[in-house]
Formats: sequence, structure tokens, C-alpha cells
Amino acid sequence: MVRTRFQQEIEELRERLLRMGGLAEQAVDRACQAYSERDLARCQMVLENESLINAAEREIDELAFDILATQQPAAVDLRFILAVTKINSDLERVGDQAVNIAERVMDMIELPVAELPVDIARMSTAVAAMVRRSLESFVEGKAELAQAVLEMDHVVDRMRDEAFIMLVRKMNEEPQVTQQALDALLVARNLERVADHATNIAEDVIFWVRGADVRHHAQELAAAQAARQTTSPTTPQDSEQ
Amino acid sequence: MGVGITVEHVNAYYGKSQALFDINLVVQANHATALIGPSGCGKSTFIRCLNRMHETIPDARVEGTVRIGDLSVYNGTSATQLRRRVGMVFQKPNPFPTMSIYDNVAAGLKLNGFRNRKQLDEIVHKSLTSSALWDEVKDSLHKKSGASLSGGQQQRLCIARALAVQPEVLLMDEPCSALDPISTGKIEELIFQLKEQYTIVIVTHNMQQAARVAEFTGFFLLGKMIEFDKTEKIFTNPSDKRTEDYVTGRFG
Repeated sequence: MVRTRFQQEIEELRERLLRMGGLAEQAVDRACQAYSERDLARCQMVLENESLINAAEREIDELAFDILATQQPAAVDLRFILAVTKINSDLERVGDQAVNIAERVMDMIELPVAELPVDIARMSTAVAAMVRRSLESFVEGKAELAQAVLEMDHVVDRMRDEAFIMLVRKMNEEPQVTQQALDALLVARNLERVADHATNIAEDVIFWVRGADVRHHAQELAAAQAARQTTSPTTPQDSEQ
Repeated sequence: MGVGITVEHVNAYYGKSQALFDINLVVQANHATALIGPSGCGKSTFIRCLNRMHETIPDARVEGTVRIGDLSVYNGTSATQLRRRVGMVFQKPNPFPTMSIYDNVAAGLKLNGFRNRKQLDEIVHKSLTSSALWDEVKDSLHKKSGASLSGGQQQRLCIARALAVQPEVLLMDEPCSALDPISTGKIEELIFQLKEQYTIVIVTHNMQQAARVAEFTGFFLLGKMIEFDKTEKIFTNPSDKRTEDYVTGRFG
């Protein structure tokens, strides 16, 4: 009683999500390169590709909905489809964050170049790695890879906090670069949001593979992390997890 | 009210062939428990061990302990005594074809010497109401035979017949496999309501049915109970790979 059609549909869903993941990952990479190279053309590519990501999101949701309605999946298959729909939503929002970064870069290009005490390139590398590894954990169905992504989220949170402190100080000391510093701060926040979505994807992979909901645990880890940072000045906490 | 069922080290045989291997299970009172598994896995044999129907087959025998409430099924209890407390509904509706609807429901009581007409009327009414059939047959109780009803109605008639002797446990062996989706829906709704008063054990090939009606589910394979757990667990994250392969359709 091996369900051939059902397995084909599951495989189709997996492939579509991977293509969607590729688009979202590419959008973040392009937006980050656009920032570091002040490249208007790359910004426009990010904006143009957003519609592809949105269309992919709708198609994946429709296929998942059809499979749920017609095949009544259970156990690991049910968890897979639920995880796919949630990852789908996270990837679409990764695409939105890439668009936000690209729009910010388009503003920045209009302004004089300023020396800013923030390493956006380093943060971009860390965030891109999180997105890539979260998608790898999905491709390989490996909870261990996903677990590693959860741990990386704290590193990115710290980078965002440091960027906030340094950029606010810069704005106080050199008000003439406030606009540039504010743009960089918002890009750091967008990148941190992308990291949150990668974390959500990793949590969904763990749910699919192990049947374990680790969202609370992740929040506990974050709370413990925050408790350890009580010596740091207060920083905005806009995590969406 | 329903009573719990305790099964310890039950082995069942057809001649020299062993059909069940060391089954241990606790069925909670006033809950529906589903037994699932591929054909020949032993789930029907198991349910028939609970009311001593297995031993009615030549050369068939059962070892082990089964307790239904305080009643020890295989130690000093007669089959008649037992079956007053344990009703059963089968795959194919089996009303007495020549008897009226009324007589079908009253048959068990009459066999036990129950003759009070007024009380019989009340029990027939109550049983047909409980099996959600009363409104459909109340005007033809004595005019129509059991066999004149539709398949779904016949199965609800059989449920009413089982309920009339006021059992504590209701065993159902694939009760919907011969019914259309609407009749199946009615029986499932009925199971949902009946478990407030009875302990229900249902054997089903339809996994979605198990998921819909039962709080607990046991998975049988090759005469062994592989896994027993809350139904949500069995259908979302079973512990055993064999259970997962079966509920996801990868088995076989």
C-alpha cells in the first residue's frame, strides 16, 4: 500500500520549497552586497524578484492545502507539511526583509559616505550562514544542523545589540552622519529579523524530524541569554520569535 | 456506566498456530479505544478474546488474564454472564431478519426471561434513542422487519440491540466497513456520545476513523501489540517506526 501519488506530491512540495528557499537566500545575499558596494542595480534586482517569492509562497500554500485535503497525511508526513507551510511563510518574510534592506541602501546611496562603527558585512555573513544552514537542515532532514542554527541566533542578536550601542553613540558624537547611522541601524535590525526567521525555520525542521516543539525551549535559551547580558545597557528587543 | 478492561499476558491460538503473542493492555472506562493494524494482525482475534467469542471456533484457545471491571473473563465466569456485560457489534449488520424492529431490540432481554411489557417498551425506546434510530423507526416498530432497514439503520439497530441488555462494555468489530460515509458519520457520532456511558473498544481498518473517535489507539502487527498510546500521539508522532510506517501508508 505504498502511496506513490502521495509521495510524489510530498516530493513536489519539498522541491518547490527549496526553490523558494533559493530565491529568499539570493535576495538576502544581493541586498547585503548592495549595502557593501552601494550598488543600485542589485537593489533593483531584489525589488523585482520579490514578486517571484510571493508567487512561490502562494503556490506552495495551495499545494500543501490540496495534500492536506485529499491525502489526510499522518505522523511524519503531517509534521512535514505543517513545517513546510510555516517555513514557507518565514521565507516570504525573509524576502520582505531583503526588500527593506534594498530600500534602505537606495536611500543611503543618495547620502555622502560615512565611516560607521559597525561591521554589517560580518553580520551579513553570519545571517546568510544561518539561512543557508537552516535550509540545509531541511534538505537533509537533520535536526542537529537545525540545532546549530538556533545557537547562532544569539550571536546575531549580540551583533545587533552592539551595532545599536555603537551607532547611537556615533549619532550623539557626530550628528551630521545621523541619517547614515540610522540607515545602518535599520539594516542591522532587518538582518537580525532574517536571523529570527532562519531560527523559526530551524525550529520547524526539528519539529518535523523529531516531533518536538522546541519553540519554548528556544525562548528559554533566549531568556537565559538576556539574563546573562543584564550588565549591558538596555537595547531594543524586537525579535519576532 | 462503563468499566475498565485489564488484559495481561494474553496469547491466542487457532490449533497450533499462535495468533496473539503476550498482549498486555489497560482499556480505560468510559473511553473509546481503537485497535488498528493490517489484515491478519490479530486485532479482531483480540477483541473476540474479550468476550470469549474466540473459543467458539474449533481448536481455538486463549491463555492469560482478562478482567472486565471486577469480572475475571477466563476464571469462573460463564460466557452468558459475561455477554450480559459486554455487547458486540459486527462488521456486517446482522439483525434477526424475520423479527420486527421492536423484537430485534428486545430479543436479548426476552432470551433472559424478561417479560414486563411496560419496561420492555421503555428499554426499547431508550436503546433506539441511544443508537440515534428512534426518530426514523418509531412509527414502524412492529410493522417493519429488521431486514427492511437500510445498511446504516440496520447497524444502528444492532447497536440498539446490544445496548438493550445494558452492558458496560461495547465491542465493535469494523462496525462501519459496510456503510456509506453518511451512515458512517452517524455511527461515529454515536460512538462519541455512547462513551459517556459505556467503555468502547473498536477495531477498524479506517485509520481516520480511529483518529476521529478514539482517545486511545493500539497498533497490532503480526499478532503483537506494537504500540499503545493516546490517539493524537499515534497519529502525529508515534514512538515505533513500524507504527509510523503503517499510519503514513509506507507499510507493505
